Amino acid sequence: MSTETVAAKKSEALFSKRRKKIITDPLDDDNPVTVQVLGICSALAVTSKLEPTLVMSVAVTFVVIFSNLIVSLLRNTIPQRIRIIVQLGIVASLVIIVDQVLRAYLYDVSKVVGVYVGLIITNCIVMGRLEAFAMANKPYDSILDGLGSSFGYAWVILVVAFFRELLGSGTLFDIRVLPEAYVNNGLMSSPVGAFIIIGMIIWVQRWRNGYVEEA
Amino acid sequence: MQQSNGYVIGFAVVMTIVLGGLLATIAGSLNATQKQQIALDTKKQIMLSVMPEMSESPKSEIAAIYDKRIKVINVDGQTIAPEKLEKLSIAKEWKKLKEIQKALKAKEEPKVGEVTLPIYEFLSEDGSKVEAYILPMYGYGLWNDIWGYFALNADKKTVKGVVFSHKGETPGLGARISDGPVQDRYIGKSIFDGGSLTPIHMVKGEGHAGLSNHEVDGLSGATLTANGLNDMVKMYLEEYEPFLKKGASAVSMAQ
Repeated sequence: MSTETVAAKKSEALFSKRRKKIITDPLDDDNPVTVQVLGICSALAVTSKLEPTLVMSVAVTFVVIFSNLIVSLLRNTIPQRIRIIVQLGIVASLVIIVDQVLRAYLYDVSKVVGVYVGLIITNCIVMGRLEAFAMANKPYDSILDGLGSSFGYAWVILVVAFFRELLGSGTLFDIRVLPEAYVNNGLMSSPVGAFIIIGMIIWVQRWRNGYVEEA
Repeated sequence: MQQSNGYVIGFAVVMTIVLGGLLATIAGSLNATQKQQIALDTKKQIMLSVMPEMSESPKSEIAAIYDKRIKVINVDGQTIAPEKLEKLSIAKEWKKLKEIQKALKAKEEPKVGEVTLPIYEFLSEDGSKVEAYILPMYGYGLWNDIWGYFALNADKKTVKGVVFSHKGETPGLGARISDGPVQDRYIGKSIFDGGSLTPIHMVKGEGHAGLSNHEVDGLSGATLTANGLNDMVKMYLEEYEPFLKKGASAVSMAQ
């Protein structure tokens, strides 16, 4: 009996406090988009409609989690001097897989997001998590970190897409919600609209959390 | 932690082989499905120019109607053989057309082979007469390629419907050329003014009233995409002009 409890203490619980923090931190206090200000380029490019944004979120989640896992598994074998190119190779391969699968099984969606899926390779969040976390942590923790970071990214771009599609096209998921009399706001259709909305999200979040950038 | 050069190079080589092999396997195994999807999607786009009400129907259903009611001919009215049709790419033919036009401008002999301009005949339910002629088109918008299917009624003068698609126009602006309401603006317009060809022109700006029978309302904020669209429509209608000027009866005799 007693030996069992010792063993249990040694191995950490599947969702210990520390691990929960790995997931929840990037959602709010350490959000990749609003606090670290990473991945802004794709947040501007894909968010004019909700559907491609959702597909993009799923694709980024897949790429971040698996690249984190693979890099974490290989972290002790990857040569330090070429680690960036190795990470890039892994990320790029995963992105190509996502793109190919979309083209084969979700052709209509891939026609819309096809151009942007390739952009995941250059999404700083992916590389950022690999460098900052996966290179130094165990696989399971890295998966949780990838989950947290990609969800932190996903909720921000989904909120942006919600407002942009609503105000820019008067629709949600291509279903008309605003009356026909509503004149579409062209500013929201263009990437400038995303800047304004992201700015507002950052403003509201910092006001709520009292976050101040270190000088 | 400093590794030897041999280790670094070895790692890079192994990684390249593993990733390259993985990607090649995946691309190879998905290739057939992807080609099938593209073929289905092309058939759908062609059919939507004459049957816009099918836009929500499953692609397989649309493809079945396509196989039954579409006959592909060339500008001389001869049926294009299926094996030739399979290899025919509108994009490649467009590039050849461009080459020829460039050569003509420079007064040189064009170096490319013959251009095949297909026409998709949309036959009536029993196959006895042609209900519409669908002309495929290809061009360049603002950022990337655009293409479309331009369906004319049996009189070869008035538009039955159009479908435009694009690779990378700005969402919400130029990308609207693939929206139904924008494409509907072409329906019923005429491409002939008396006896001379007058390609339909998309005007600059949106919300115009009193447009002629050869003009359609434009897209605000997407003038450059509309320009590309106009160039494409003009270029192809001119290419097809000899065919369009032949009476409808001449074609049905050639069948």
